Amino acid sequence: MNLTLQIWRQNGPNDAGRMVEYKVSDISEHMSFLEMMDVLNEELVAKGDDPVAFDHDCREGICGMCSMFINGEAHGPDRGVTTCQLHMRMFNDGDTIYIEPFRAKAFPVIKDLIVDRSSFDRIQHAGGYVSVNTSGNTQDANSLPVPKADADKAFDAATCIGCGACVATCKNSSAMLFVGAKVSQYALLPQGKVEAVERVKNMVHQMDLEGFGNCTNTGACEIECPKGISLSNIARMNREFFVSALAGE
Amino acid sequence: MSAPTGIVKTSIARKFVMAFTGFFLIVFLLTHLSINLLTLSSDPEAFNEASHFMATNPLIQVMQYVLAAGFLIHIIMGIKLTKQNSDARPVKYVKNNAAANSGFASRSMIVTGLLVLVFIVLHLKDYFWVLKFGDMTPYSSDYDLVVGLFSSPLYTVIYVAAFVLLGIHLSHGFQSAFQSLGANHPQYTPFVKGFGTWYSILVPAGFALVAVWHFVQSL
Repeated sequence: MNLTLQIWRQNGPNDAGRMVEYKVSDISEHMSFLEMMDVLNEELVAKGDDPVAFDHDCREGICGMCSMFINGEAHGPDRGVTTCQLHMRMFNDGDTIYIEPFRAKAFPVIKDLIVDRSSFDRIQHAGGYVSVNTSGNTQDANSLPVPKADADKAFDAATCIGCGACVATCKNSSAMLFVGAKVSQYALLPQGKVEAVERVKNMVHQMDLEGFGNCTNTGACEIECPKGISLSNIARMNREFFVSALAGE
Repeated sequence: MSAPTGIVKTSIARKFVMAFTGFFLIVFLLTHLSINLLTLSSDPEAFNEASHFMATNPLIQVMQYVLAAGFLIHIIMGIKLTKQNSDARPVKYVKNNAAANSGFASRSMIVTGLLVLVFIVLHLKDYFWVLKFGDMTPYSSDYDLVVGLFSSPLYTVIYVAAFVLLGIHLSHGFQSAFQSLGANHPQYTPFVKGFGTWYSILVPAGFALVAVWHFVQSL
């Protein structure tokens, strides 16, 4: 495959940035999108040019690092995948592919396609945990019965890898799918109920402080989420929040 | 975060306000439509009596102000949220394929909402203001005023177009309000979405029918 790439290049957080055109040739349709980027970067390095900076780590769809907005969609045109799982067979020979960083005020660009997603970490620090004393005396897991349906829903929510595709794809740059998943994975389990009232309030407060937008229920996040996190998690967060607002002191 | 003002200013509370006022306006539409449909009766007095009731009943007089507040809050909050949401992405995408993952209605709520607002202003000027404060001497009855305006083809087209826009607005707004209030359930949500779709077609169609009916009658 021969492709034309339109890639966002930005030297640093304070650089204005611009789209730059590159040509790549003899790309195998079996390559992953990141491997195609590797081919481009090797050519750029061989020519003495600055390679395109992009985030990647596990390359097996679980770390959530590869944050590219490809042809107008987070992680590209395929569904339920991260960029490393996106294959070049999703494109056609001669295509022009637009590659941009995830864009949000709360995700500032560090360089080229790399963005700073530490706002997600700060939301997690605000309440995405349970305060369990882990030093010895670990109790038997079966001593806390959890209904199977709740365990399944909590697990589904916990599969969120915090990649930020929900924010990138949302027309409002809202982080509510991420926060909804993180609130839900604890809200459904007995260990999480202890701190439930404070958790949702603190996480939503931090989410607002970071400058994410407001959810308008377009549902784009659910479609683009590589892990298929459901909008029902946002509804659960809303319910948790109302209960918290009424119960909080 | 413990102070009530802190809660009110959160993103989720704003969603709640939009949903709650939206529901209120959705119910209001039904009341309004049921009175409009009376103009289709062969006896103009049916509408005149309903109009008289709405103008004099004490409860309705109080509800008028509640309704006005509902409209204002929904509109002002909607504009404010749109501004905030736009600010949350200072640098826009060069290429954004939004149609791949979301519906047109959900992405154009501010546009359909503001266009309906323009219509509401026009509508208040032509009907509400005249009925409540204006000079009714040129008209023999409330029915005469209301039906008379539909003899204008331009007014009828604007009226029908406004309700097409309202239908688009409602097609997202109805089910979105349930989600914002936390009502999402694998069994009930498909019903809510289906009901919302029919509501957003039938209620605006009812308003449009009244306009087209009187326009055709005036020919």
